[in-house]
Amino acid sequence: MAAAVARGCGGLWRRARQCGAGGPAPHGQRAVASSATGGAVSAGKSGLAPWVPVVGLEIHAQISSNSKLFSGSQVQFAAPPNSLVSFFDASLPGTLPVLNRRCVEAAVMTGLALNCSINKKSLFDRKHYFYADLPAGYQITQQRVPIAVNGSLSYSLCTGNKMSQMVTKTVRIKQIQLEQDSGKSLHDDTRSQTLVDLNRAGVGLMEVVMEPDMCCGEEAAAAVRELQLILQTLGSSQAVMAEGQLRVDANVSVHHPGEPYGVRTEVKNINSIRFLAKAVDYEIQRQIEELENGGTILNETRAFDSKLGFMPEPNLPPLIVYDAKSLPANMNHQQVVNIDWIHERLPDLPSVKREKLVEQYGILPEHSFTLLNEEGLTEFYENVVKQTQMKPKKVIGWILNDLLSYLKQHSLTVKESPVSSFLLADLLNLLEKKDISSTAAKQVLAELWKGEGKTPLEIVKEKKLELIQDQKELEQICQAVIDGQENEVMAIKAGNQKVLNKLIGLVQRETQGRSNPVLVKQLLEKKLSE
Amino acid sequence: MLRASLREVSAALKEGRVSPTELCRRCLSLIKSTKFLNAYITVAEEAALKQAEESEKRYSRGQPLGVLDGIPIAVKDNFNTAGIETTCASNMLKGYVSPYNATVVQKLMDQGAVLLGKTNLDEFAMGSGSTDGVFGPVRNPWSYSRQYKEKSVPKSDSEDEESNWVITGGSSGGSAAAVSSFTCFAALGSDTGGSTRNPAAHCGLVGLKPTYGLISRHGLIPLVNSMDVPGILTRCVDDAAVVLGSLAGHDLKDSTTIQDSFKPFELPNLTDISKLSIGIPKEYHAPGLSSEILAVWSKAADLFKSAGAKVIEVSLPHTRYSIVCYHVLCAAEVASNMARFDGLEYGHRSDMNKSTESMYAATRREGFNDVVRGRILSGNYFLLKQNYENYFIKAQKVRRLIANDFVKVFRSGVDILLTPTTLSDAVPYMEFIKEDNRTRSAQDDILTQAANMAGLPAINVPTALSERGLPVGLQFIGRSFQEKQLLTVARWFEKQVKFPMIQLEVVKRHDHDVVQHQKSASFS
Repeated sequence: MAAAVARGCGGLWRRARQCGAGGPAPHGQRAVASSATGGAVSAGKSGLAPWVPVVGLEIHAQISSNSKLFSGSQVQFAAPPNSLVSFFDASLPGTLPVLNRRCVEAAVMTGLALNCSINKKSLFDRKHYFYADLPAGYQITQQRVPIAVNGSLSYSLCTGNKMSQMVTKTVRIKQIQLEQDSGKSLHDDTRSQTLVDLNRAGVGLMEVVMEPDMCCGEEAAAAVRELQLILQTLGSSQAVMAEGQLRVDANVSVHHPGEPYGVRTEVKNINSIRFLAKAVDYEIQRQIEELENGGTILNETRAFDSKLGFMPEPNLPPLIVYDAKSLPANMNHQQVVNIDWIHERLPDLPSVKREKLVEQYGILPEHSFTLLNEEGLTEFYENVVKQTQMKPKKVIGWILNDLLSYLKQHSLTVKESPVSSFLLADLLNLLEKKDISSTAAKQVLAELWKGEGKTPLEIVKEKKLELIQDQKELEQICQAVIDGQENEVMAIKAGNQKVLNKLIGLVQRETQGRSNPVLVKQLLEKKLSE
Repeated sequence: MLRASLREVSAALKEGRVSPTELCRRCLSLIKSTKFLNAYITVAEEAALKQAEESEKRYSRGQPLGVLDGIPIAVKDNFNTAGIETTCASNMLKGYVSPYNATVVQKLMDQGAVLLGKTNLDEFAMGSGSTDGVFGPVRNPWSYSRQYKEKSVPKSDSEDEESNWVITGGSSGGSAAAVSSFTCFAALGSDTGGSTRNPAAHCGLVGLKPTYGLISRHGLIPLVNSMDVPGILTRCVDDAAVVLGSLAGHDLKDSTTIQDSFKPFELPNLTDISKLSIGIPKEYHAPGLSSEILAVWSKAADLFKSAGAKVIEVSLPHTRYSIVCYHVLCAAEVASNMARFDGLEYGHRSDMNKSTESMYAATRREGFNDVVRGRILSGNYFLLKQNYENYFIKAQKVRRLIANDFVKVFRSGVDILLTPTTLSDAVPYMEFIKEDNRTRSAQDDILTQAANMAGLPAINVPTALSERGLPVGLQFIGRSFQEKQLLTVARWFEKQVKFPMIQLEVVKRHDHDVVQHQKSASFS
């Protein structure tokens, strides 16, 4: 099965193999690992106190909108360099920012989905730093009074020795702020040139600040993955990490229980979830080793931080959003952002969708995670369920074990699957009607992957895979098997019923999978008792 | 014809007494003969004539676009103009041609106005004399007026003109000189701390700083975004109302403009001012205020009183902190706004190519003058994390107090405040440059600057001539967005004081000299 959820981080630390059962480890106990359930890491050789890693995240999600946050330029990935640059984006003198309402709506929507309170009045600031891909010399952001604050995000991950236990955790969301993306610069050291592409400059970002409530890479990864799913469900961001639409900075520190947090370091611009888990765990390990070797942790990124502070952006009035109560009667509804209106139209979030799947189809919770983790897989599954008589609980196996593993193997998305939900349902119906055996069904599926446009029935006919319906023919084959297996028959008659399975298997082989095992079993039993 | 007011010349155009092309040519020729004033940085002769031709066609079809159609105007060189250089009188933007028009420029064009050129200023509008631009100082046309000549102490003949000419004030001195010397009928300035009203006072013009948010700033290269307002320089109050009507209103490209639409207005003829309450803020009796100006101010107050208005002394207690507060806020915004001039996207770029950082540094060192660099330096100091609370935040709080002073006074029933605009009449250039820009700005902005802090509309009305034969103006400050009331009162006052027209015989003589010079040049 593909990784449905992030795995817990037991056995991670070099001197810490054993998984903590939850809660801080008792003092003096050696070799207790940090785990997804929030443990501490052994101090190893330095002493008795264990280490507690603390991980906070700052996530930049590019807002999915037609135009940029403050200008009319289009937003598009991989367009020719500098082809999507307005006068404002290039910071031509005299240009002014004009806020894109769509971006505000996306932030409000995301804030609501993350249980934030929405600030009816938020402010824009300039954050100054000098960099080639920041043409104005400052970024317009909302660090001080952001649009959404005080939220939370629940995410699940597997823990336990066998990674079989699902644990749900919560991370507090400090705030969500609107801000501008920067451009991109490319340094050519040999020719000492810097090339600048401003296509991305000014694209709307939501910076989601997560409190340091996580304690290992896997937790961070699971939280980010859940956020990604939420953003994609809302449509507020496409959140494709490979395209830089979701970028993660992690703040990492370690300390002893009961002591203040250690010095933080930042792991910046992480653009894959897999790498996030690794990078965070690596940094935790590095800090522990550094401290145990008598060293200190330095915040290196902070040294680059500009000493210049913020200044209110004077060209933008405070951002006001309304709710049903505060909305003035004479206001043009097209021009304002109404929190209640957005709230009423929020789609089902991944957690709700999962619950519904579990409830409606009787599948396991971890199956629901896998369904949601692959784009389009839930829809695929539900379509199959709708078109087949097979029980949803049985269908899920075909989806997760057969379809998904095939797609993974061939690096295909659900959309690109050569077998449509219709064809798969067709096939499962043949199986359900006992027209074919499940062995035969697998053979048909193998043919279907080729995508030659044949229906399952055509393949069954062509390959003569339908079950032998003629009882006499089947009885003869059973008889022949019994006749050829004296020892096994003796064993069965002596009471070893397990051996019956071998005979069934032989019949199956003889019929090339075209016999109904239940029927075969009955026939064999009948013949053996004669 | 060139000495006419905007409304008068508009009527003449409509009646066919003059054609737009002819009018444009005459202005262009006067610009050439007054070149020594250094009012213009760029004269867009060809483009202007083309616009005039277009206007002429509209008039001949009987379809002019309005009062402004065919009217020659000038624009301060810190407004972006598509196709015409926009320099801010700085090396940083020398040769920079903007791809777009500022909203105010576009609006003027859309109404048929003929843009003659871009006027001189202090570099990036940082100054109060129009002496600190890379293209040199602007000379006040009044230096060459009969009125000044007659009154000023004659020095040795040869040095006379060179050492005696007076400054225009600033930073919109080029625009003021352009209107005052009759080369155009109206000009745009900008006003952040008094930059429109101050040169208007020194050049004998009406200078209007509208309420913050009434006119779009889109395309105005900023000094202090939260205080900048496009200003209007004209020869009379009526003309200012006309230009205001053509510019005011919401602009999608400037989020700080008012949402409501603006209705252009005609000024009513005020006959009865007995219901009017004029406030005289005592704090404007500032140190350094010349006795002459004080006298003009008192006389004006008496004028209102005798005409039946209520004239009361009021207090704006926080005004005295205005300059130091402005210094912090201005420098901070300047540091922020100027960060974009790094030589990458546009403007000057140094040849220094050791590294990107060294290129930045050299570009900014070569591109900005000392005044700009000084404000950036102090602004960055105020914005430092450890200083932000002590300077910027404190200054913002003081700003609020200053604004609240005005609110209280207006709430108490005062309609309009009457104050001097400048401490004295214009000083000779040689005097002026004895002090540094920072000191001068602090002194000169003192009477105008608080209106910017509070975002209020204010206007300079030329009032009298000083003993030296130079203009003295008074300032009226009104309630937010009550331009109509402000201008109505200003117009009533204008009528009473009958400020004399500038007698520019030296322009004629200079005209003659130029011709002479050209002749002799051709002979040599």
